[in-house]
Amino acid sequence: MTQSHKKQLCKILIAAALIITGLVLSFYGRIDKRAVTGIYLGAYILIGGSVLLRAASNIRRGQIFDENFLMALATVGAIGLGEYLEGIAVMLFYQIGELFESMAVNNSRKSIAGLMQIRPDHANIMVDGQWTEIDPESVVIGALILIKPGERVPLDGRVVEGFSILDTSAITGESVPREAMAGNEVYSGCINLEGTLTVRVEKAYEQSTVARILDLVENAGSRKAEMESFITRFAGYYTPVVVAFAACLAILPPLLIPNASFGDWFYRALIFLVISCPCALVISIPLSFFSGLGSSSRKGILIKGGNYLEALAGAEIVVFDKTGTLTKGNFEVEDIVTDGGHGAPAGAQEEHTRKLSIYREPAVWRERLLELAALAESYSTHPISQSLRRAYGKTPDLTRIGKVTEAPGYGIEAEVDGRILFVGNRRLMTEKAGLTLPADPPGTVIHIAAQDAYIGHILIADQLKESAAAAVAGLKSIGVKKTVMLTGDVEGIGKKIAWQLGLDQVFAELTPVDKVDKVELLMKEKSPQGKLVYVGDGVNDAPVLAMADVGVAMGALGSDAAIEAADVVIMDDDPAKLTLAVQIARKTVRIAKQNTVFSLGVKGLILLLGALGFAGMWAAIFADVGVMVIAIMNAVRALGARDSRAGAS
Amino acid sequence: MKKTFLLEDLDCALCAAKMEKAIGKLEGVESASINFMTRKLSLSVVDSLFDSTLEQAQKIITKIEPDCRIVS
Repeated sequence: MTQSHKKQLCKILIAAALIITGLVLSFYGRIDKRAVTGIYLGAYILIGGSVLLRAASNIRRGQIFDENFLMALATVGAIGLGEYLEGIAVMLFYQIGELFESMAVNNSRKSIAGLMQIRPDHANIMVDGQWTEIDPESVVIGALILIKPGERVPLDGRVVEGFSILDTSAITGESVPREAMAGNEVYSGCINLEGTLTVRVEKAYEQSTVARILDLVENAGSRKAEMESFITRFAGYYTPVVVAFAACLAILPPLLIPNASFGDWFYRALIFLVISCPCALVISIPLSFFSGLGSSSRKGILIKGGNYLEALAGAEIVVFDKTGTLTKGNFEVEDIVTDGGHGAPAGAQEEHTRKLSIYREPAVWRERLLELAALAESYSTHPISQSLRRAYGKTPDLTRIGKVTEAPGYGIEAEVDGRILFVGNRRLMTEKAGLTLPADPPGTVIHIAAQDAYIGHILIADQLKESAAAAVAGLKSIGVKKTVMLTGDVEGIGKKIAWQLGLDQVFAELTPVDKVDKVELLMKEKSPQGKLVYVGDGVNDAPVLAMADVGVAMGALGSDAAIEAADVVIMDDDPAKLTLAVQIARKTVRIAKQNTVFSLGVKGLILLLGALGFAGMWAAIFADVGVMVIAIMNAVRALGARDSRAGAS
Repeated sequence: MKKTFLLEDLDCALCAAKMEKAIGKLEGVESASINFMTRKLSLSVVDSLFDSTLEQAQKIITKIEPDCRIVS
């Protein structure tokens, strides 16, 4: 509770005490009526003085229909009619409502700021032979920093020395610790649990993971949900319309209906004024979405705006990319098959004639094939290229490589040892290298050919993520109509995975351009209100991410491109988080809808009853303050969305 | 040019909506959005008018909520 909250609470308590004193005194009737009136007026001035002043100054500045003015008019009107108690009660409860609102908003802001307590406060840097704590923002790229046990990693970098376990939960929402040793990348925001690490800084603070996440979360709200914009627009009309009705109620019936008392209708008009503030809606809808965004970021799901939260709630078709999303993307070389030897590269053949004995050994041939593939793929970041380099094990000699052209969805055309080498899938062989091949063995096959001579192939396998099947089942269980997988891989593998995971549809052998076409096609399949969610690794699927209603990037820790391109960022690489995201989104939207219907319903009902003379000022106070308090409490529920993961782990 | 500002002492959700609407109508403003919960004003204005627009925005804000100030 802040200082001003305490002050306000004091005023409320004193005013309440005064009112009770007045009530007790008038009940026993031992005191002059005017004295009781005096006590009431004192309470009114104490509690409502600030509202009257603000109303007056707002009118001077040309703001007429603000809540201060309406409350002032309603309460002064009631007092004018001799309804002292009701007039003061309206003001008292209005102030209680305001205080409650302010405290609830403050609490939500704080709890979300608390979730985001990942900002590192210092970095240890060597100055004059001593480790000194400095502001992470002033550390330059290339500097060496020391991270002690218990400290937060201040900047992204690479471990030079030391071994430790890092807790990534502040960033990913997942409490699986990661190992860090020399050569590993570490990301800012993680907490060093055990050993001391020396890290070479690779990114300035503003570019570091933690700064980007904070920026994303803090600016999430600039893209509002449709419901939020609707409520804002609605509020713009609601107040003037209700006030106009109030004016009509006060003026017309006394003129038109014989024997109608002006006082009675004026009282009914005052009821309208009390209910005319759309506060409950205007505060509770943004608060619901804000809480939903906060709740998801606590789980390592960063959503870039209320509009995406709203869209996620309507998820009807979920399209997955295969590699890195449903599978681990850790391709491992399973088999190397050389093509007998007659297809050996020309250079090798010359050598072959000179040193025949070496190349008779099939193991040497296989090693040579792997070396060529690894050389050709030296510059590629594709997971397959990385696995080839890993299997090769040595640092490729970059001087042996000339011009390299990468054709996404095909493979690589590279100059190695002065000769053109084709390394890629079957399509690359038939379309670019002009070769006719026998049928591929099942699996991911990387063919290698030199100009028009086939050399051999390397068989590569990928593994499914443990939670992939649970993710698909989870989405089904919460009513997602269709799950689809897109892959550049061969039909055989695609079908096998689709069957293993229980996916509804699979499109295989796609180039990035084909993926865009397929998503376009799927967009036409959904119902008008349904939304298509695309989940990828965010590295080479930016166009598809942008096209889908909601683009989700997975495994974003350490990938700037993914954080940039997607609407929703899942920090770790657990696909089951998607189910959780949709659940949080649905809960948030449900709460927002409940608040809209409830607030408008109660207000509408009391307005109607008030106009007919069945509801008095007390009911109006409930329709204004009571409804707002209930709506706020409901909205805050979105913050604690339950952590059920629909069958996942 | 697009910039985000913090609105200090922004206490009224309805006022935030009014400010957003009024600032959005200023000359040269491409988009204006106020998030009441994060107290952030995201303002996108043509470069040449940025400073004068910011001044006018502050005037609008003061008119609607006297205590509220734009801080960068």
